[in-house]
Amino acid sequence: MNMQSYFPVPPGVGMEENFLSLDDILLSHERLPVRSDCAFPRLGFLEKSADTQDIAEGTKMELPLWLTKGLYEKKRKVVSVELPKVYREGWRTVFNADPNVVDLHKMGPYYYSLGSQLLHFDSPENPDIAQTLLQTFIGRFRRTMDSSQNAYNEDTSAVVERLDSLEKGASCLM
Amino acid sequence: SINCEATVNEAKSEGRTDLIPSIKLRHCCLLRNQRCLTAYLYDRLLRIRALRWEYGSVLPANVRFQMCAEELQWFSQYKKSLAIFMRSLGGGEGLDITQDMKPPKSLYIEVRCLKDHGEFEIDDGTVILLKKNSQHFLPRWKCEQLIRQGVLEHVMS
Repeated sequence: MNMQSYFPVPPGVGMEENFLSLDDILLSHERLPVRSDCAFPRLGFLEKSADTQDIAEGTKMELPLWLTKGLYEKKRKVVSVELPKVYREGWRTVFNADPNVVDLHKMGPYYYSLGSQLLHFDSPENPDIAQTLLQTFIGRFRRTMDSSQNAYNEDTSAVVERLDSLEKGASCLM
Repeated sequence: SINCEATVNEAKSEGRTDLIPSIKLRHCCLLRNQRCLTAYLYDRLLRIRALRWEYGSVLPANVRFQMCAEELQWFSQYKKSLAIFMRSLGGGEGLDITQDMKPPKSLYIEVRCLKDHGEFEIDDGTVILLKKNSQHFLPRWKCEQLIRQGVLEHVMS
């Protein structure tokens, strides 16, 4: 059945999520490296690596984005979020040098969306992260758009494979 | 494991503020489940709404079977709202906006019948027998719904 009348809730823009967007729900399932800045009594069963009754202060964990956002508080130390590799200075230098080199599907596939969500956690590197996200998108945009216009002439699967989910949506190759 | 109500009471009555992070974490999980369920149900409604446009106002039994009572009721109210709206168009004459959703290129189209559908009357009174594999040259607007239902297939030369 042709479902051209089905208009799903789109993902949110920038740092916002759309509550009802299935894409944003999938995005917020992604995990982040996190350290607990307080103890979580009686929740030791969640942490399979240790066999304790409580999650101790200072425990390193990989928490999904939705839980990290829910627990994070600006003024109080509940959890601290580490930057995943892709958003750290080393990788940012690579992106700034040549944004087209990177396989964003492998590095993501939610490189832009997750990067935007990271900005919620008040890292001192936020301005640099935001700048790199923007410049990377701009740098890659021309090539993904050129490919989508020439879809008839070329095998575009090699290009599509290396796109982040946002780029795939924008280029309408899928 | 953490029995939430007991823990909340303990936190309140015994001033155990150290339990609050755990209570908050569990609360996040409840909100997450709520979000997933709500988004799922809402997405179903968007698809059900699309069915009215793609399929017509009578849903096939196998689709109805997958819908809960509230969804069936929602569909019935939606199609009623749509019908009232369509009747109000064109100065009260009414306009079926579920037809011609793409600008048509011609008034008549060549169609092939994919399944037996019996007799079919067109506007001038002529009766066509829609037998499987038969081909006909028919007015586009009469065929649209049958094409969407998979009874007829538009033959493009």
